[in-house]
Amino acid sequence: MRPTDVGHPDYFHRVVDCQWACPAHTNVPEYIRLIAQGRFTEAYLVNRASNVFPGILGRTCDRPCEPACRRTRVDGTPVAICRLKRVAADHRDEVAHLIPTAPSEKNGKKVALIGAGPASLTVANDLMPLGYAVTIFEKLPRAGGLMRINIPSFRLPEPVLDEEIGYIVNMGVEMRFGTPVTSLKALLDSGEFDAVFVGSGAPRGKELDIPGRRDSDQIFLGIEWLESVHFGHVDSVGSHVVIIGVGNTAMDCCRSAKRLGATDVKVVARKTRKYFKASPWELEDAEEEGVEILENLQPIRFVLEQGRLVGMEFDRFRSIEVDGTLQQEVVGREIIPCDTVILAIGQDNAFPWIERGIGLEFGKWDMPVVDRTTFMSTRPGVFFGGDAAFGPANIIWAVEHGHQAAISIHNHCQGVPVTERPPRGVTLTSTKMGLHEWAYSNNYDPSGRQKMQHVEMPLRFQNMTTEVEKGFTAEQTRTEVERCLNCDVQTHFTDSLCIECDACIDICPVDCLTITPNGEEADLRTRLMAPADNTDQPIFVSGQLKQTGRVMVKDENVCLHCGLCAERCPTFAWDMRRAVIDLPHAGAAVALVTR
Amino acid sequence: MTYIAKPKVHHPALQKNAIGLVRRDYEGSVTTLCAGCGHDSVTAAIIQAFWELSVHPHRVAKLSGIGCSSKTPTYFLREAHGFNGVHGRMPALVTGANAANGDLLYIGVSGDGDSLSIGLGQLCHAIRRNVNALYVLENNGVYGLTKGQFSASADPGSLSKRGEANTMEAIDGCLLALTMGATFVARSFSGDKEQLVPLLKAGLAHKGFAFISIVSPCVTFNDHEGSTKSYAYTREHMVEVVEADFVMPTKAITTQYDPGTTRSVTLHDGSRVQLTKVADDYDPTDRDRAYGYVREKHKAGQIVTGLLYIAPDSSDMHEQANTVAAPLHDLPYETLCPGSAALDKLQTRFR
Repeated sequence: MRPTDVGHPDYFHRVVDCQWACPAHTNVPEYIRLIAQGRFTEAYLVNRASNVFPGILGRTCDRPCEPACRRTRVDGTPVAICRLKRVAADHRDEVAHLIPTAPSEKNGKKVALIGAGPASLTVANDLMPLGYAVTIFEKLPRAGGLMRINIPSFRLPEPVLDEEIGYIVNMGVEMRFGTPVTSLKALLDSGEFDAVFVGSGAPRGKELDIPGRRDSDQIFLGIEWLESVHFGHVDSVGSHVVIIGVGNTAMDCCRSAKRLGATDVKVVARKTRKYFKASPWELEDAEEEGVEILENLQPIRFVLEQGRLVGMEFDRFRSIEVDGTLQQEVVGREIIPCDTVILAIGQDNAFPWIERGIGLEFGKWDMPVVDRTTFMSTRPGVFFGGDAAFGPANIIWAVEHGHQAAISIHNHCQGVPVTERPPRGVTLTSTKMGLHEWAYSNNYDPSGRQKMQHVEMPLRFQNMTTEVEKGFTAEQTRTEVERCLNCDVQTHFTDSLCIECDACIDICPVDCLTITPNGEEADLRTRLMAPADNTDQPIFVSGQLKQTGRVMVKDENVCLHCGLCAERCPTFAWDMRRAVIDLPHAGAAVALVTR
Repeated sequence: MTYIAKPKVHHPALQKNAIGLVRRDYEGSVTTLCAGCGHDSVTAAIIQAFWELSVHPHRVAKLSGIGCSSKTPTYFLREAHGFNGVHGRMPALVTGANAANGDLLYIGVSGDGDSLSIGLGQLCHAIRRNVNALYVLENNGVYGLTKGQFSASADPGSLSKRGEANTMEAIDGCLLALTMGATFVARSFSGDKEQLVPLLKAGLAHKGFAFISIVSPCVTFNDHEGSTKSYAYTREHMVEVVEADFVMPTKAITTQYDPGTTRSVTLHDGSRVQLTKVADDYDPTDRDRAYGYVREKHKAGQIVTGLLYIAPDSSDMHEQANTVAAPLHDLPYETLCPGSAALDKLQTRFR
């Protein structure tokens, strides 16, 4: 193998599994260290620089970072990254004066954003400080999109939403509430805007056209029903409720139904649990509240008696897994009695307001053709992001789409090709403070993952606004921050200094290091102290060592970043260096780094 | 030393040996030696050897005297018996312990000061008695604990860290052992675990005194230009004369050896030492030839490593003295101490 280029911005970034997995590449270890020091405000700002909504995401994020967390491969459970994000948001001081502001002198460019969800708000957040005049069109009377109308308040309190959306809107964004865009052509033809961003989400709930669907008024579409609940149009529900689907919307529906008085709530899934779309913790939270989750049931008809919904009939499946794919066969039928059914089987995009023949191509599934890097459609100056771009995903993806679209919009308005992306970089700083002292907590803490405390069962059902999760206590926070392995503090090797004494290899608790003759990667991976069979994780290969011509190889997979290799190295060939990955946003503003 | 202990957590794919232990189970407390010390690598090799042999740690006794080397038994086999004695007196300790209980596996760790200066006479007599033990001499050519003065194993002409040349002749532990009648003599290098681990395993299986002298550089006082015990010098000048591969008694030989260059020596427990890469003019079972060869190569500036000499049939101290086979603590009190009548009877034999 050729020597690894650790100067490449992606090499060390990949080692920081959480940051690499986060769509917005939030610098997780950095903010966890700040929380450990009680610097909640700084921790919040590090978060905000990447993910814009730390308080909201600290409660609702899909957490792609957690399954990626190295700690999972070391002791089985990831660091509670999302919970710690909320700690920073809950305990910070006032940050309004620390948020970027819009200059009083504008740059003369006007941008329209359609829909006031997380994607559009992120575009506004990035463009306002650059002097753009930003207008958001929103059909509803309030901002937030699905974050507000689809996520119930017992999971995400309204003040948290209002505050974080307010930081953006208060930069001077022109909000046109109650103003749905009914014709993109008309908007473009008005010539009022230099660029248009479509962040209108995937607002249409999927239908289930089986017999009986149109014969009862007690069958609802999940996202529409949640919206009605949010605006108070619905304040009660039947006592026996069946939810079809096991996505996160289904979880919000079933838990809302419990709060509106339902006594018996069942969530019904076609597949088996392993294939459920809802996050495992949301399934657990629903089950804790007495929701029954049934699998292997395929709906075939609604059962009505004298025009009244009395049940739903299902095919019962037997499931087996063959070569990693689920195979199901019908083995019977059953009827589940109920008086209300809520359909939460997914969402579709809908663009009835975008005319064809305006230079904006539509492709597969009648979705606009959008570039995955620039987020521009085939019509220059029209951009897409969030669920509107590629179909339903989640908040954190919408935020990242917004960041990337903002870069493109800025380029477009300044006459720079949208394909010219600001370069990524990496800065390495030694954390060595003394012979055995490091600027981070390098000792491995064997503590287990802390469990979130919930509001007691009867109390939490009193209303829709009692937040169920209490947040971590000070003790829980103190324990959890130490579980982080500081994967951004990198083992950095200088081959010309190595005397091949084996000290690093002998001390490494997890057998990451080997000095061996060089070879091809596949061969090298089998010849290490411990086989490097996780090919998702890179291996580092040094240049030739002076004394024997062998190379130093490091398998990054389960490195604890404990720094013992560097402590035992007599020549400082190993050093522990903090890698700050520079991921520029619009205007190439330097990523916020606290020192 | 480090401020933190080595974390207990280990690689998820770490293998278990025949008695269900992973390599980490054979460790001791974290080293307090200088970073980069050769002794730590020897420790790691010892851990590896005991793990590969699937030894129960509590069936081992580890003994040492004084010096950097003598600190190292703390860093391996935390569950083994141990005794850290007076400077240079480890050979007497291992002899006494072995006399009282021949059932344990004995490993003594010493250095060039402990073995070749203050303890030279002790070492010679342990060799003569062929005490059944593995004797590890960690050789760095300097007194590291007292700031790097030349030791008895320093080569003439070798430069100290201050730049002064050593003028006195060196004592070569391997030549000494050959002269004293050692039944197993090997030399290795801390930076070559591929060679060292099989030698340690063979030494532990050998019935009798297994002497292994290991060049183990002192990274603080003797790893500079002009030193003949540095990492760089040893790598440049070491020549492997005999590669030893240790084969457990129960295991069939699976490695293919070139018939012309291979010799096999069977040990008392049925395990075998497979010797390869034997130089044409070398015979590792010929004591005199081995002595001459090492001397010749030394004059040519080469450090000969590998299994230098092995006596295929070796009888240890217990056999020679015809002592009781059982450990003394297993004998009934009446047998151990037969009383004054028995003593009187014995004494009349000498009147």
